[in-house]
Amino acid sequence: MIGRHKHCISLAEYSREEILEVLDLAVSMKEVLQRPIKKVPSLRGKSVVNLFFEASTRTRSSFEIAAKVLSADALNWTASASSVTKGETLVDTARNLEAMRPDVLVIRHSAGGAPRLVAEHVGCSVVSAGDGAHEHPSQGLLDCFTLREKLGTLEGKTIAIVGDISHSRVARSDLHAMTKLGARVRLCGPPTMIPAGIEALGATVRTQLREAVEGADAVVMLRIQHERIGDPLIPGTREYSKLWGLNAKKAAEWLRPECVILHPGPINRGVELSPEVADGPQSVILDQVQNGVAVRMAILYLLAGGNPADAGEAKA
Amino acid sequence: MAEVLFIEGGRVIDPASGTDGVRTVVVRDGKVAEVAARLERPRDARAIDARGKWVTPGFIDLHVHLREPGQEYKETIATGARAAVAGGFTAVCAMPNTKPVNDNASVTELVLARAAAAGLARVYPVGAISKGSNGEELAEYGELLASGCVALSDDGRPVLSAALMRRALEYARAFGLPLTVHEEELQLVGKGVMHEGAASTRLGLKGIPGAAEDVMVLRDIALVELTGGRLHVAHVSTKGAVRAIRDAKARGLPVTGEVTPHHLALTDEDVAASGYSTDYKMNPPLRSAEDVRACREGLADGTLDAIATDHAPHSAVEKDVEFDAAANGITGLETAFPVCLDLVRAGALSERRLVEALTSGPARAFGLAGGTLAAGVPADVAVLDPVAEWTVDPARMYSKSRNTPWKGRRLTGRCLITIVGGRIVHEEGRTER
Repeated sequence: MIGRHKHCISLAEYSREEILEVLDLAVSMKEVLQRPIKKVPSLRGKSVVNLFFEASTRTRSSFEIAAKVLSADALNWTASASSVTKGETLVDTARNLEAMRPDVLVIRHSAGGAPRLVAEHVGCSVVSAGDGAHEHPSQGLLDCFTLREKLGTLEGKTIAIVGDISHSRVARSDLHAMTKLGARVRLCGPPTMIPAGIEALGATVRTQLREAVEGADAVVMLRIQHERIGDPLIPGTREYSKLWGLNAKKAAEWLRPECVILHPGPINRGVELSPEVADGPQSVILDQVQNGVAVRMAILYLLAGGNPADAGEAKA
Repeated sequence: MAEVLFIEGGRVIDPASGTDGVRTVVVRDGKVAEVAARLERPRDARAIDARGKWVTPGFIDLHVHLREPGQEYKETIATGARAAVAGGFTAVCAMPNTKPVNDNASVTELVLARAAAAGLARVYPVGAISKGSNGEELAEYGELLASGCVALSDDGRPVLSAALMRRALEYARAFGLPLTVHEEELQLVGKGVMHEGAASTRLGLKGIPGAAEDVMVLRDIALVELTGGRLHVAHVSTKGAVRAIRDAKARGLPVTGEVTPHHLALTDEDVAASGYSTDYKMNPPLRSAEDVRACREGLADGTLDAIATDHAPHSAVEKDVEFDAAANGITGLETAFPVCLDLVRAGALSERRLVEALTSGPARAFGLAGGTLAAGVPADVAVLDPVAEWTVDPARMYSKSRNTPWKGRRLTGRCLITIVGGRIVHEEGRTER
């Protein structure tokens, strides 16, 4: 359980305290990852099924490593090799996997709400690893974890999130978590990529990159989703990178020196970030990847009900 | 010979004849024989005590999907007609998007034969605007009219070609048939699955802007001006569409409109609150609070002529899936009256206007018989209890399908008795489910 939640599906439903519970535990989980032998018995005898209906390398590997470090058995299941291609429904697939008695189902799906539908039909805990353009809660948590690590706190900080906000589940989870932790969030992108009514979630909206990033403590650059450029949202990546991409010159002129740059990956180098910025001193992108494992360890530990006798070892 | 019915002591609300007060209604030989304050009960009559109840003309629904032929696992004409009379509806217009589409006399005749065999609500078939509802060639309106169709529609999809819509409006004039149209501009709809707004953004679901409906309504009103054809806008859901219909009426154009109970009662925020429940997925989608307000005002001021349910039964196969993948539509016949009565309690609608929008309003829009309790007309009557409370239990509904957003909700208002052509076809507590 995380707070009162059996599942980790949406940060919109998590309170500030519940978010902090995960982030605080992730600190000790990260410590485990620094050890020469990265293995604790906390989830021995527990099993985690990764149920991925969309391609993913980073998130799936991150959950898999997180489960294995905690000694849980991890099973990867991909839709292309499954009964879905034979016409099985999502609910039936989930029920069949549930019958194999996993403790946690980690699900990624292209449809918003799919993890919730699964959660209504299974008895185990469900973790969303991203559903459509809805949420990607573990990414939101790992972004906050990284920001806490770099900035000390999110309270009173200004964070700009730049890119295709309409299609970004990361932007929504970031927004929910960051505002709950006291940050001010500016969203920025071409007007065609700003979804209707997003201000109602507590963000301000800018369409000029400079206005969004000037004075910010952190900038989250989002991937331009090439597969969606078929929608006529922008004329092309050439103009996008000129107007909304971050290169060394803009970073030097517009960003505060201590501003950190995040990106959920994978990066389109030369589009949203130039290589010198992506690999530069302000970038914390690789920290995000490592912190992702720690945060996912914390989520799995809390949901799978880690053995209290072993918890000390994980938390030591 | 049908029995004589003596419905005494009820509040008779019949906007068509201007009646609103305690009256007794006598039904004889299948017709309304007399409506008066004081009447002697004939010796051979069956008395129905309607004290504290409303006695109204039977409701007329301009927009239902009965799924037969082709998808009888969702609903049949018999189960749909059973659900209709349970909800107080004595007549329903059956949309043509069956399998096969009702674009010729054989399908129309099958619908009428099945309806006659069921012997419950009157079923008025609606024929297709285009062959196969493909939007390419006009269907044979002469044959459809002759075989019993009362209107034309490609419902379920818009008529995309403005040129075909023009010809349809022109050609239908020869037969006096109204075109009842499903208005959405499909390129604006894209892959949208709910109303575009703050709720769709939060849920990460693709939105459908209200403008997708508005631009098509405005296009078709322009075509009515060009052709003089009769246009009826089905399931109006946006502020812009209400405004366009109001303006068209003010200019004297033959344009009418209907609104569903769910578009009067629910918003896109209810989709969010439901946690992606597919019982809240319909087309047009549940709109913003502002749109709901405009639809209520449009109904109250007569811009919208009728309340129609767009009863759209679907089985669990279509609904127990991801929101993106789920079929559009909800059942509506059995919940329409209490849901709309709630609008009266909220002060959005008068009782008279509510009854009018369920009876004479739709009758006028499509030129149908009924919708009144005037002496001499076929006795289609609903006896309603406006204060009866009940909980919606889909397992106890008459429709074959269970897809209703009012599942588990407590509603107030219920149809007790439904009479079609002088015969009691539904009696709450006595009609077996």
